[in-house]
Parts: sequence; C-alpha cells; structure tokens
Amino acid sequence: MAEYSAFSLLKNALSGNRDWKPAWRKPSPKASYDVIIIGGGGHGLSTAYYLAKEFGITNVAVLEKGYLGSGNVGRNTTAVRSNYLLPQNTRFYEHSMKMWENLSHDLNYNVMFSQRGVLNLAHTPGQLDDLARKGNAMRHLGVDAELMTPVEIGRRVPGLDMSQQARFPIYGGLMQERAGTARHDAVAWGYARGADRRGVDIIENCEVTGFLRDGDRVTGVSTSRGDIRAKKVAVAVAGSTGRVMQLAGIDRMPIESHVLQAFVSESLKPFLDTVLTFGMGHFYVGQSDKGGLVYGGDLDGYNSYAQRGSLPIVEEVMSEMLALFPSLAPVRVLRSWGGVCDMSMDGSPIITTGPLPGMYLNCGWCYGGFKATPASGFCFAHTIAKDAPHEFNAPFTLDRFSRGTVIDDKGQGPTPRMH
Amino acid sequence: MLITCPYCGPRDVSEFAYQGDGNRTRPDPASTDSEAWNAYVYDRLNPAGIHNEIWQHAGGCRVHLAVVRDTLTHEISSVRFAREHGTPTHSRRNHGAKA
Ligand SMILES: Cc1cc2nc3c(=O)[nH]c(=O)nc-3n(C[C@H](O)[C@H](O)[C@H](O)COP(=O)(O)OP(=O)(O)OC[C@H]3O[C@@H](n4cnc5c(N)ncnc54)[C@H](O)[C@@H]3O)c2cc1C
Ligand SMILES: [Zn+2]
Repeated sequence: MAEYSAFSLLKNALSGNRDWKPAWRKPSPKASYDVIIIGGGGHGLSTAYYLAKEFGITNVAVLEKGYLGSGNVGRNTTAVRSNYLLPQNTRFYEHSMKMWENLSHDLNYNVMFSQRGVLNLAHTPGQLDDLARKGNAMRHLGVDAELMTPVEIGRRVPGLDMSQQARFPIYGGLMQERAGTARHDAVAWGYARGADRRGVDIIENCEVTGFLRDGDRVTGVSTSRGDIRAKKVAVAVAGSTGRVMQLAGIDRMPIESHVLQAFVSESLKPFLDTVLTFGMGHFYVGQSDKGGLVYGGDLDGYNSYAQRGSLPIVEEVMSEMLALFPSLAPVRVLRSWGGVCDMSMDGSPIITTGPLPGMYLNCGWCYGGFKATPASGFCFAHTIAKDAPHEFNAPFTLDRFSRGTVIDDKGQGPTPRMH
Repeated sequence: MLITCPYCGPRDVSEFAYQGDGNRTRPDPASTDSEAWNAYVYDRLNPAGIHNEIWQHAGGCRVHLAVVRDTLTHEISSVRFAREHGTPTHSRRNHGAKA
C-alpha cells in the first residue's frame, strides 16, 4: 500500500503524528558506487530517482554540499510551463509537462501541481503578433495555447489595469492553461524519498572538492567526507557549474553565473488565479496557496555567486508590478532572496555525456530549470545509463556552440544575461 | 554597489552598463581559426572570486572601464580606463593568442 494515503494520514493524525518515518535515510558514503551524482537539487535527485526506477541502477549516491534543497530547487518561483518557440525546447519541456501531470501519483507525494495557467501579456500590436506566432508554433507540436483578447484577460485577472490610460496598455495575451505551479520543496523531498526507497544513498553535507582521475578518465571524487570512487560521475550543480568544472581542470564553459531575486508579499485573499508575465519588462507574478504574491523580475545583470541581490532590481520589480496592478501599492513585501543561475550562452540547457570520459554533465538551466526537473532527471538518467542521449535531450549538447547548432529561443545571441 | 569612475567619482551601479567578461581577447578579424573565435564568443572563465570585467558609465561620462570585482562579495579592487588597460591582469589562459 502507498505510504501516504487518506488512511495513513488519518491513522497518524490520531496518534499525534509521532510515528512517521524520516522520508530518507542519512547514510555514510560507501567506498564506491556505480554512479555518483554531484548536487542534491531537483535535477540531481530526479536523476537518481529515474536511474533507479527506469534503468534499474540503484548503487547510486547523490552528494550534496549543504542540506537537501538548499540550492535553486528551494529558491525558485515554481512556474511550470512548456510555451517555447523552438521545437527542441518545446518537445523537451512538453515531455516534462506530461511528467508533471502524473508526478504526485508517480512519487506518492503531493507536489501540489496546480494547472492554473501561465498568461504572457502583449502591450503592443507587434508583441501580440509575436505571441500569436509562438502560440501557433506550440499548437503545431500539439501543445495547448490560446490567444486571449483584452476583454477575456480583464475577466480572468480582475485586478489588472486594462484601461488605455495604463502605463503599458494591454493588447492581448497568450495563455497556456495546462501550465501552472508546483510546490518546489515537495518536489525535492518527493524525489529524495522515492530515490532513497529504491536504494539510492543521499549524502548531505558532503562537498565535492576534486575529481579522482586515471589519466583523462574520471574515476571518482574527493569530498569533505573522503574519497569516493565511481564508474560514472554525473554533475548537476546548476549555479555552481563553473566552480565544479574548474575542479576537473575545465576552466572555461559556455556559462556565466548570475543572481536572480524573488519576492513574496504578505498574504492576500484570492486575487490572482494564474501566473502572469509582463511584456514590457521582466516581471512575473503568481499567488501561492497561502495567499502571498510570489513574484520576480530580471537578473541583477552582472556575474555573481552571491546568493543575494542588489537594490536597483528590487526597485525595478516593484515599479513593474505597480504598472500592471496599481491597487497593490499598499501591499507589503514579506521577504526576498536570491539564487545563482547557470546562464548558458543560448538560454538552453546542456544534458550530455562528457566532456571527460566517465563524466556526465547537466547544466545551463538559466532561471527556468524548475519546470524541467522531471524531464531533465529522466533524460540525464537515460544518458548516464545508456551512454547516449534520449531523443529529447539529444539537441542539448555542449559542442553545439562550436558546431553552430545553438538553440536560442529568444534570439538574443551569446549574451547570457539577456536570455 | 558603488563603482568609482575615474572621472566622476563613486556612483551608483544603476548608472553603469555591464559589458561582461573582460578576460576575452578578440582574434584578429582576418583570422580563420574557428577554435579561437569559438572561445572568444562562447567560453567564459566565470570565476567565483576575482573577475575582470568591462563596464560603461552609460548614465554618466560614457567612458568604458576595466573593473576588477569579486563575484562572491562584490568588492571592487580596481577601476581603470578600459582603453588604456585593455589586457586584463588576471587572465589565466589566452585562447585568442593562437590567432
Ligand atoms: C529566484 C529564482 C526563481 C526561479 N524561478 C523559476 C521558475 O519560476 N520556474 C522554473 O522553471 N525555474 C525557475 N528557476 C530556476 C530553477 O530554480 C533552477 O533552474 C533549477 O532549480 C536548477 O536545478 P537544481 O534544482 O538541480 O539546482 P539546485 O537546487 O541549485 O541544485 C544544485 C545543488 O548542487 C549543490 N552543489 C554545488 N556545488 C557542489 C559541490 N561542490 N559538491 C556537492 N554539491 C554541490 C548545491 O548545494 C545545490 O544544492 C528560478 C531560479 C531562481 C534563483
Ligand atoms: Zn564617469
């Protein structure tokens, strides 16, 4: 029987919730594993889960330098969508979306996936044409997309300033109804528990400080808890990719690390039942089930490994929010934080074998990797198990930059902070 | 964050435009060394710590600056005119030199 069910909840409620088992063990590292995954974020944990579940590889360790979920998996604003323009991205993220739709069931863990929709606003006729093009590209690949008129938008989001006097009048928008949000911590915990139950060792407070090598081949890692050998070493450290690859002697990557901030307001009554993106700047907002508005904007804009942001962006984000919702002016900010994002040169991820023998690499998630968590883990597990990519991650190579096959969804060029 | 422009003195970061990694050397325009061009366009040192970077005082005197900043603490240890000090002091390997 499933560990979490209406029956087990009731039973444990009656006994004061004292009898729940910890969701995962706290093992000490063994001397060697078949696969080591560096990074206990969403992607590392989902990779371990699918290695065990789909490919029968259970002699696996996930090494996390801090506590589980201390990275971006616990810092993001939880938007899940598959509204991309280029087919390589659309196919991959739509696969992820389909996995999200069954994730709570698959993990027997409520990740609170809520398909409340993501609505991109257009503020000029040209922008609306552009969104229509994107919507058509999505529908062409079987992904849902609806163009909405201002009247429909005004009905769906009553708080918006829909007047022609608005600072940036709204001409329409593109809605993906199947998109939405999920509870980010639950995603980390659910995957951790699922991997642990299948025999994966999740080892927290274990920082990788170097790679064991036999010539070029990676044969394990040195850590703050000793050397650990492995047939295969997989790197899934998101914002720390540059630092960890430097430990392997690879000192240049098509990646820059940038800080993204996010904000939560005090709790409000139900106000917004979709995730909204502003078209005239970089701003997006949703409302959590607790009532807080969860919102964010642009990167701070210069290389940073500091997990905190600077004030000019705070000011910019607040002013963009008020341009859309003047009525929110009296609402107070509860807290803000920052996370270090691995911004790739074309805005698309890298999931690949290599670049050294014995090594596997998962990175380049920019500020959009939460929604990718299921598909990324599945594709990375496939790549590790079979030493070849799955068809969904085959385009996400590391050498696509030198081969001229970049996947630049926004057409921004090789300036990572613009993606 | 404040950046001390050699002309204008200490000014708020929002007056400046970030132009990115200053460790890169553009190959000779006539060069056909695709590896060198690829390294120039796509590869970054991206250090956690001291970083050479180019900023422009776009909201002030518009001069381009070579700034040395720590990406962990945002402490700025040097600001100089980029035109006089094009070559960064901290570059570890010079891919572009092949061209
Ligand atoms: C403010 C913010 C908002 C965001 N909003 C969204 C959103 O709405 N939708 C969306 O899809 N995406 C969003 N993202 C992006 C998303 O959070 C990331 O792309 C994704 O979480 C990255 O993958 P991860 O979960 O594996 O990363 P992480 O959780 O960062 O995992 C990497 C782990 O590696 C560990 N690590 C690093 N170095 C070492 C080492 N040497 N040894 C051992 N372990 C190490 C770190 O401690 C960390 O736990 C947002 C990001 C931020 C910062
Ligand atoms: Zn100046």
